[in-house]
Amino acid sequence: MNFNATLIGESIAFFVFVVFTMKYVWPQLNGAIEARQKQIEEGLAASEQAEKDLELAKKEAANKLKEAKNEAAAIIEQAKKRESLIIEEAADKARAESEKILAQGQAELEAERNRARAELREQVAVLAVTGAEKIIARSIDAKAQADILDQLVEEL
Amino acid sequence: MASTGDSLTSQGYIQHHLTNAKACFTDQGLSFNYACADAGFWTWHIDTLAWSIILGLVFILTFRSAAKKATTGVPGKFQCAVEMIVEFVGKSVKDTYHGSSQLIAPLSLTIFVWVFLMNFMDWIPVDWIGTLSSVIAGDSWQTIESGQSHVYHKIVPTTDLNMTFGLSFSVLALMIYYAIKIKGVGGFLKELYAHPFNTPWLYWFNLILETIALIAKPVSLALRLFGNMYAAELIFILIATIGLYQLPVHFVWAAFHLLVIPLQAFIFMMLTIVYLSMMSEKH
Repeated sequence: MNFNATLIGESIAFFVFVVFTMKYVWPQLNGAIEARQKQIEEGLAASEQAEKDLELAKKEAANKLKEAKNEAAAIIEQAKKRESLIIEEAADKARAESEKILAQGQAELEAERNRARAELREQVAVLAVTGAEKIIARSIDAKAQADILDQLVEEL
Repeated sequence: MASTGDSLTSQGYIQHHLTNAKACFTDQGLSFNYACADAGFWTWHIDTLAWSIILGLVFILTFRSAAKKATTGVPGKFQCAVEMIVEFVGKSVKDTYHGSSQLIAPLSLTIFVWVFLMNFMDWIPVDWIGTLSSVIAGDSWQTIESGQSHVYHKIVPTTDLNMTFGLSFSVLALMIYYAIKIKGVGGFLKELYAHPFNTPWLYWFNLILETIALIAKPVSLALRLFGNMYAAELIFILIATIGLYQLPVHFVWAAFHLLVIPLQAFIFMMLTIVYLSMMSEKH
């Protein structure tokens, strides 16, 4: 177990390995680790921020929902009012229309009746004249009245 | 598997398992093992070198492939596993080292994973790879069994003092570099001689004290890792000598090692960070 030149050989080998590790191993690996740590850190921060944003958005959404509900209620109220208004209006209009139609019908009826009455009167007159003619024709002797007829002819 | 029970054979077996494969240049050119007895300092433990470099390559290539494909998006399972280690090391560094440095974190990652992988070799049963090398080299079964094989192969690099001291002296060099870079040569020296007792006639005492303290850091760092792994390896080898009963015992020791292996890698890394942060802080 003597000291010998192996000591020098091992020192050189050690030196070479250390230099290699320093140049080609440590910076890459450590760099990768540190970069990933940074990424994870940023990712965590971002997720925390996102959680906060989500909370905020939820609150906002709830507010909006409430607002929308109120608005909807108001709109429905208004619509109901308007509906009754429209119904009333329509009922008024329908009533007026029906009255108008009724009046027209009555007028028409009246006219029809008048016309029928006039026609009836005319026919009654014709009937009366015809009856009268027949009665007269039976009772009148043409010779007895010839002087009247002659007189009429003369007057013509 | 020295099941003969012969203590001499067991001793040879254990000795064999604790000996590194050596290589050196002698008058005959490249020589191995026994031929290197006189080579002194310029001997190379080729098994320690080979395994540590292979494991180091396993580390950098695995992590490089993860780094190349690293995405900042959803990571795959492989990337997750690698990132877990990177994050663990990064956190340890951030908690302990308060200066800014491009080096400390990759340095700690390299130490942690590399030392872990080298310690991990302790889990491979002690005979597998050594025996395999001896068989490939053409040694007879008898020679291998008695520890007489001429092929030596120790697969746990951290059970070699050269390995652990190679690491800790590099750490010492970095400590001095950081101290000088941040406090200047004067500042660094002043901490050595003027630190515990700030009176000129005690400077010599401070210098001795602080120098020992400075040297003790890498020495304890290296010896702690070496001691733990060497002792564990020795126990694995001892267990391997008791015959068939080694199976449950080996399992228990290996399970216990589940703690020791990553723990020692972690301690080495952590103390490196602590020492470096101590050196870069002004007192």
